[in-house]
Amino acid sequence: MAKTRNDYENSWWPRFVRWLKNGSSALDDAMYGDLEEEAVLPDAPAGDAEKREAQWDERRRLLLRDEQDMYSQVHAWSRSKGAKLAQWFYRVTAVVICLGIIWMLLQTAAYLPPFGNPDNPANNEVSRRYIEQGMQETGAVNIVAGMILDYRAFDTLGESNVLFIAACSVLILLRISSEKHGGDAVAQLEAEADDRMYEPKNDLILQRIASFLVPLILLFGVYIIMNGHISPGGGFSGGAVMGAGLILYLNAFGFRKTERFFTFKTFKVVSLCALSFYAVSKAYSFFTGANHLSSFISPGTPGRLFSAGLIPYLNIAVGLVVCCTMYAFYTLFRKGDM
Amino acid sequence: MGFFHNYEEMAAMILFGIGFTTLLLHKNMIKKIIGFSMMDSAIYLFLAAKGYIEGRTAPIVVDGVQSMEAYINPIPAGLVLTGIVVSVSVTALMLALTVRLYRRYHTLDIDEITAQVRKEEQ
Amino acid sequence: MHMELWQSIPFACILLPLGSAALTSVLKSGFARRWTFLVLTMVTAVSAVFTVLMARYGASYTYMMGHYPAPWGNEIRAGLLEAVTATFFSLVMLLSLMGGVKKIDDHILHDKQSLYYVMLLLLTAALMAQVYTNDIFTAYVFLEIMTIAACSLIMARTKGRTLVAATRYMVMNLVGSGLFLLGIILLYDLTGHLLMSNIRQAVSALAESGQYQMPLTVVVALITIGLGIKSALFPFHTWVPDAYGYTTPTSSAILSALVSKGYIFLLIKIMYRVIGLDVIATTGIDNVLFVFALVGMVMGSVSAIRQSDIRRMIAFSSVAQIGYIYMGIGLGTDAGMMAAVFHIFSHAVCKAMLFLAAGGLADASGNSKQFRALRGSGFRSPIAGVAFTIGALSMVGFPFLGGFTSKLNFAMAAMQADSGRMMLVLITLAISTWLNTIYFLKTVITLYRKPVEGMEYPVEKGRRGFCFNASLVCFSLATIALGLFSQYLIEAITTGLTMFG
Repeated sequence: MAKTRNDYENSWWPRFVRWLKNGSSALDDAMYGDLEEEAVLPDAPAGDAEKREAQWDERRRLLLRDEQDMYSQVHAWSRSKGAKLAQWFYRVTAVVICLGIIWMLLQTAAYLPPFGNPDNPANNEVSRRYIEQGMQETGAVNIVAGMILDYRAFDTLGESNVLFIAACSVLILLRISSEKHGGDAVAQLEAEADDRMYEPKNDLILQRIASFLVPLILLFGVYIIMNGHISPGGGFSGGAVMGAGLILYLNAFGFRKTERFFTFKTFKVVSLCALSFYAVSKAYSFFTGANHLSSFISPGTPGRLFSAGLIPYLNIAVGLVVCCTMYAFYTLFRKGDM
Repeated sequence: MGFFHNYEEMAAMILFGIGFTTLLLHKNMIKKIIGFSMMDSAIYLFLAAKGYIEGRTAPIVVDGVQSMEAYINPIPAGLVLTGIVVSVSVTALMLALTVRLYRRYHTLDIDEITAQVRKEEQ
Repeated sequence: MHMELWQSIPFACILLPLGSAALTSVLKSGFARRWTFLVLTMVTAVSAVFTVLMARYGASYTYMMGHYPAPWGNEIRAGLLEAVTATFFSLVMLLSLMGGVKKIDDHILHDKQSLYYVMLLLLTAALMAQVYTNDIFTAYVFLEIMTIAACSLIMARTKGRTLVAATRYMVMNLVGSGLFLLGIILLYDLTGHLLMSNIRQAVSALAESGQYQMPLTVVVALITIGLGIKSALFPFHTWVPDAYGYTTPTSSAILSALVSKGYIFLLIKIMYRVIGLDVIATTGIDNVLFVFALVGMVMGSVSAIRQSDIRRMIAFSSVAQIGYIYMGIGLGTDAGMMAAVFHIFSHAVCKAMLFLAAGGLADASGNSKQFRALRGSGFRSPIAGVAFTIGALSMVGFPFLGGFTSKLNFAMAAMQADSGRMMLVLITLAISTWLNTIYFLKTVITLYRKPVEGMEYPVEKGRRGFCFNASLVCFSLATIALGLFSQYLIEAITTGLTMFG
């Protein structure tokens, strides 16, 4: 019996349940609680009426006590095990619903237009124009860059603001407030000391490699941003690469060095400039487009570095925002300030 | 109807379901965030699969060839790009929330945190 | 097509708050506050002017966001309904900020206040974009801005409780966003378009040919449930009381009055302009919404009765009111939709007022929101008391107030539906009104009862200034106006809905 139970314990289903419950076995708690109990009735031997009466009284009293016990037990049960059982039931229902959703989605996927088929509804006149005339209309050799920064630029404007708003939320959450800790800089100092513990103390290997790698990484980031309209890449990927370079520099040389060129103020000013430039230039382009005015932005010669109208400049703006935001995320998570 | 020609989409849907379940049911905040990332990645995988067309190349004009038959659909690629940035932002926000909660309650278990909050109230 | 200058107003309403958000982040909190007020006032005023002009223009129009026409570019679309909604949303936003501006000073750390205003501005921009956009993926991007901004509004008053509330809010909303995103991606795969009008054509063609019937049903289900989760439809409402209950009053007012309504407006728009009501009816999802809504109307009120904290009570009442709106949508008729849209407005005004007034009343009762402590607060803070009473009466459905007209609209819409739905709606309306009466009148009576013996209330002077009173007076007037002059708004909504399709 014990062996079967052990086997059962190790089979996949209870392990799955335990995974759901985060370790403790739900089945154990909910099911194996009160199974062992058995009601033991007092036997009633024959005797005279009084004795029997007394016995009956005794039995009633016992029953009453049992009942009270049972009530309190039920209450205790509903408070501890019952809640657990309800939770277990909830979880099982939720898993069933989730499996149902997966099954439904699989069915849907089976009914969808076939994979890799050129005649799918998605390959219609929209993508035809993007591919066949995109280079002439936007000036970007990279059709995707032309699409997100010119044809569908409103999305991308919203998207850079998503990044900005996330940075602001993280600032609200994690930035150590000077007001809260007030004049006593103890907390601030403590935080810094705390940070120093994790900071590599003049790790020579890291520093040498970083001093060699960081310029390369930054240069590569700039290359990706500047060539966003000619080759794969663009503001988002290039900005992320540059952010990674800055983070590597920070890890090798510590906050003292990075604070000389990158502080909270830098972050604010760069974000403000980049986002404002983005919003203003796109507002101009939207306005002229909607009112059918001619705009001074021209696609230029496709393939040149400075071509494709506003796209390279927008890529630079986006790249700066992404780079600053990535670096800001890292420093805020690590130290609570920049 | 084809269970046998939409493998990529199927895989994406299964991943979506796993991520969805983890996000909804797991108590550990970090695992919830992982679930969210999986869910979003599954959608991007799905999109990327939808953009693919047999035997065509990435939509970057090479040698001046500009025919529809040469390149895959560029729209899903653009949507994935937008979507990734959104999910990065949301992940950062969720992680920051988790950090704050952990600093205050010293646990990542959202149920336990709720229990502690209730206790604080009383 | 030639564009008049005034037709750029929707574009300006989106771009102005969006552009000024980055600027606000570098300002000091005082300047940030003034700048936010200025921008919100401008958006409200311009939207009001735009409503009048649209009513005169009498047709909807699309506005290209860029140099490329319809299926290739991105565009926004404006009609009368959009104009009215934008005006209401920006007005409620402005008044909510005005009513709670003193509390923001108290509740939020000084060096983080300007970030709070950034959130407000981006939320405004996202709401405006949600209202005007004609592109479904743009709607998704701004939906995420709205989600993040709403989460920041909750946790801006950084306490343990608000952090937990924000986390729970975020988790549920991410589930909703995920489902919504999957829905629109599937829709793109089936139709090959992202602009709403083009998708509509393709969907009609699909529905006629009977192709892709099953995926289309799944798409409708995913989008509806995703937005239902985000707007706290009944079984998905568990995050509501915590999220609305503990943050600063402005945030509660904006969250319950605007953010959830923004999602619902998007859902209505998708139903009309992307899928089409006829296709929705064939999928049967409106029946599901209808059932959820009816259960929500009763359960929300029942939960509200059991609360001992005034703000949690109002939050649960929101769940019931969201149920009303979804009931109107679930009726699947134009009259039902009209009633739902009207209720969006009347509830937005009323609920924002209730949250602000509850904040004021709690302030006058030593910062406690328990009913025990709130006794007699109607005398200690007269304007808040009167405003709360007006709001409560409107919620209950007292004649000449906004809530009454809403309920009348719902009943009239139900009369036009089939008999089964009519009976269900009328019975549930009656039960729900009765439950509303119980908890709102109980609260109002509590406000004007003698305080509990031995309770001491600190005397405060000049804490709630002119702004608070002015905002409550404006809200009260708006509630009364919604009741007395409802026929103009109803007319505008009906015309707007015909322009919508």
